[in-house]
Amino acid sequence: MDAIELTAYEAREKLGKREISSAELVNAVMERIRVVEPKIRAYLTITEDAALKQAKEADQRLSSEDHPPPLTGIPVAVKDNICIRGVRTTCGSKILQNFIPPYNATVIEKLARAGAVFIGKTNMDEFAMGSSTENSAFQITRNPWDLERIPGGSSGGSAACVAADAAFLALGSDTGGSIRGPASYCGIVGMKPTYGRVSRYGLVAYGSSLDQIGPMTKDVKDAALLLSAIAGHDPRDSTSADLSCPDYALACGRDIKGLRIGVPREYFAEGLDKEVEHRVQAAIMHLSGLGAEISEISLPHTEYAIACYYLCAMAEASSNLARYDGAHYGYRTKDAENIIDMYSRTRAEGFGTEVKRRIMLGTYALSAGYYDAYYLKALKVRTLIKQDFERAFENVDLVATPVAPTPAFKIGEKTQDPLTMYLSDIFTISLNLAGMCGISVPCGFSNGGLPIGLQLIADIFKEETLFTAAYAFEQSTDHHKRKPVL
Amino acid sequence: MAGLVEQGMKTIEGTIFSSDVRHSALLSRLHLTEEEIAEYTTVLNSILEYFAKLNELDTSQVPPTSHSIKMQNVFREDVTIPSLPVEEALANAPESKANCFKVPRIIQEM
Amino acid sequence: MDYEPVIGMEIHTELQTRSKIFCGCSTAFGAAPNTQVCPVCLGMPGVLPVLNKTALEYAIRTALALHCSITEHTSFDRKNYYYPDLPKNYQISQNYACLGYGGWVEIASGREKKRVGILNVHLEEDAGKNFHPETGGREEYSLVDLNRTGMPLIEIVSAPDLHSVEDAMAYMATLKNLLQYLEVSDCRMQEGHLRFEVNLSLKSRGAQELGTRVEIKNLNSLRTAKRCMEYEILRQTEVLQSGGAVVQETRLWDEAEGGTRAMRSKEYAQDYRYFPDPDLVEFHITKEWKEEIERHLPELQEAKKMRFIREYGLPEYDAAILTSGKPLADYYEACLRIYKNPKMTSNWIMTEFLRELNNREMEPDECPLTPGHLGLLLKLIEQGTISGKIGKQVLAEMLETGNMPDEIVKEKGWVQIRDQKEIEDIIEQVMKENPDIVESIRGGKEKAMSFLVGQVMKKSQGKANPQLVNKILLEKIKSSS
Repeated sequence: MDAIELTAYEAREKLGKREISSAELVNAVMERIRVVEPKIRAYLTITEDAALKQAKEADQRLSSEDHPPPLTGIPVAVKDNICIRGVRTTCGSKILQNFIPPYNATVIEKLARAGAVFIGKTNMDEFAMGSSTENSAFQITRNPWDLERIPGGSSGGSAACVAADAAFLALGSDTGGSIRGPASYCGIVGMKPTYGRVSRYGLVAYGSSLDQIGPMTKDVKDAALLLSAIAGHDPRDSTSADLSCPDYALACGRDIKGLRIGVPREYFAEGLDKEVEHRVQAAIMHLSGLGAEISEISLPHTEYAIACYYLCAMAEASSNLARYDGAHYGYRTKDAENIIDMYSRTRAEGFGTEVKRRIMLGTYALSAGYYDAYYLKALKVRTLIKQDFERAFENVDLVATPVAPTPAFKIGEKTQDPLTMYLSDIFTISLNLAGMCGISVPCGFSNGGLPIGLQLIADIFKEETLFTAAYAFEQSTDHHKRKPVL
Repeated sequence: MAGLVEQGMKTIEGTIFSSDVRHSALLSRLHLTEEEIAEYTTVLNSILEYFAKLNELDTSQVPPTSHSIKMQNVFREDVTIPSLPVEEALANAPESKANCFKVPRIIQEM
Repeated sequence: MDYEPVIGMEIHTELQTRSKIFCGCSTAFGAAPNTQVCPVCLGMPGVLPVLNKTALEYAIRTALALHCSITEHTSFDRKNYYYPDLPKNYQISQNYACLGYGGWVEIASGREKKRVGILNVHLEEDAGKNFHPETGGREEYSLVDLNRTGMPLIEIVSAPDLHSVEDAMAYMATLKNLLQYLEVSDCRMQEGHLRFEVNLSLKSRGAQELGTRVEIKNLNSLRTAKRCMEYEILRQTEVLQSGGAVVQETRLWDEAEGGTRAMRSKEYAQDYRYFPDPDLVEFHITKEWKEEIERHLPELQEAKKMRFIREYGLPEYDAAILTSGKPLADYYEACLRIYKNPKMTSNWIMTEFLRELNNREMEPDECPLTPGHLGLLLKLIEQGTISGKIGKQVLAEMLETGNMPDEIVKEKGWVQIRDQKEIEDIIEQVMKENPDIVESIRGGKEKAMSFLVGQVMKKSQGKANPQLVNKILLEKIKSSS
């Protein structure tokens, strides 16, 4: 097998046995990038020199230490809204096109301590606002399974490069499904941890009460490996949970007999593509065959989730993005007449259309006279959605749903009307509102050969249950072994 | 209809006028052309119409959730840690002078 | 028509924590621009705030001292507006669940004591500083220093219970004093640690209906605040008496013009769009915590006064003056560590020291005359090295130069003359020059002694020890015939 086809876990084993070096892995991945990047355009910045230097150090540790840290020498791609010190971090936006953070995100520091090697920053929807990566100010990323189709968003770049074996591990971020959606469309594993499980310090904020960083990987065990490396309490993030982190890899391989899985009827209503429905139902049956107990449940407020989510997220975003004004960092317009002019033109020129739309709606929802009717109302509906899940988890251990209503759609297909794009998040969005954790794992392909994902949802801080079930499912199928032809 | 006007509170209306768009743009410091204002008014209207769905729910007895995971009392101790060297603090500044951020003249109050 | 002012005040005070409110940058005053900033207070992409526990405790302390109810679950909200000294373009403040509310403070205005309501006490972060250099007509620009961004602030909002400039001055002085005693702020106005905003309207005397409120900003000293309120009351009175209406607006004090002027009218009213800050959690302030803070309050004014009376044997009058402000009280006790005479120290501070401070409009902790200087001076006087009179000259000299008193005395040659022979010589000379006066003293006119003593002091450039002079002069006059 080609080195690039290895999972991170397999690569780790080979590195440990000195069958391969980190430098070889990096070179292999860089070579692969040279081949596939012209087609998929997943990366915004490639840090080859730094990666080779880090690989060299990693190789030294591997040869001199008995127990080097768990990710020593493994090449990792990072979504471009996560700050790496000294490396351009654009968030897919013109307004940060030359921004170089003077600090590392906590997850980056943790990964560095775990020995990982950073190979580049991946493309995304601008400021994580989008479900297809078409809102990037710089380039369109294409789905490796069909170059005419979207990879999903907003972590499209990370999904595409993992699917194309142009990275061993990748970090994405998820505010309304931005890890799980792309993972489903690209046939890889993507997971959103419980809110507060992973530090947000250094993740450029979009919807602060919804954002989480999570793993995007070739298989479930890799996701467990990566989550263990990045999860944990961070004193620099007030919303980070002060809870110890188990070794998630240990959850892989446990029996799922008797595991209670709920299937919400509201997620299998009209609008769901028939092929997706078929595949997901088959996957649920498969889980039943493995010993899980399936039952139907109801999450009655599902139909309100999109409206609720977008109101909350847009309101927070309108405030989070106020800082991009050309004053202290980032893009600044030329020849402003005065400072107000500078702000207005900088932001008009630096932000894309979707970002501006959301900022304006968010501002409107918070403004005097509208706060109660819009924002506060959304916060109340959020409580109802959260309660739906809390009630469900009194009787089941997991909830199983589709990830996306269709397989990957064509580039440009949903860009005419923003609402159409928003509605594609229908299955992933509730989770962010409720704060729970969820994983997307490949469960089959459409007749056209496009990947379809199964979503499993667990109660707060129950990521282990997710890994146990996802691993059991994955290992009894071979969807994760199929690769796109590039 | 299951919706209620909760003790005189306004409900979401699917109607946003171009004057509202203008006002929002001003509050968010976004310069828009007249054409853009018209465009945005149409799009935002359709989105808000969809959001009006939330009026179907009676939330008069429901408390708001602004933090999905309940946490409280997270502090740091009152100790100093080294600040950034001034060159790093200003490294990304579009314009700087005398170790300060340089901006167009600030007119009294904004 | 007789009008009565209705005044409310908002006080912003910078807390004397070591680090900023949401990050670990130092709060030390006077640093070079942008040397006390980090990604958090710079509002860089991806950063998050974490609350300084001491800042919260200081705020609770203040709210308790102002008899406020404490909100059991207090939280932070974002106040959204754009300004270059506010890098995130929102300020983390409190709006929906302020820390303290419904309190009061007692002030002494004129001869009355009255209660002023405190509407709320809350925490927020400060903004940075903008500079507008002269460019001589070329392209204009402003410079921004973000050192101060993120400094911890307490805002105290009073009810409009102040009904005269005197009330307002008393309120400001009382609060400044209290905040210093609580050891939450040094209240140095020249360092911007204490700022006032005034809301002022006029109503017809005796009427219920309030007039239109005007907000006045940019008051950076007590004196400015006084002049400003006096001006504004006059201005509003004139407007009303001429049949006009007072415009609800924000005005600034313009030092150069000696009056208030309206700020540039905005195109729209400010809409802060307050909403709960998702990056900060709720803070649960338990009964136990409140009680612990109350138990550990520093020694407040009244207690200190009583202790001074008890421990130093001072009369109430002295103790009251010495404890009228914490910096003064601290100064006094610092002197006592060097020169252990409470009464003499008290006298000197109450008279000479305070007078010098008032003349130079200084606070005790701004004075170049340190407790060390004063203590040593008093020791020199006690030892008889210099007389009390020379001591006053030394004091003035110390204020000019900052030199130590013993150095000054040596340099100026002011050491007191105590040598018997030397004094005798001067006395004899004076007696020789004033025989009639000597005669009149012998004749019983004792009052003329002081003239002769004065002459001796003059001839000795004030250096002769007055007690010795009196003694020897009297002896000489009585002995010779």
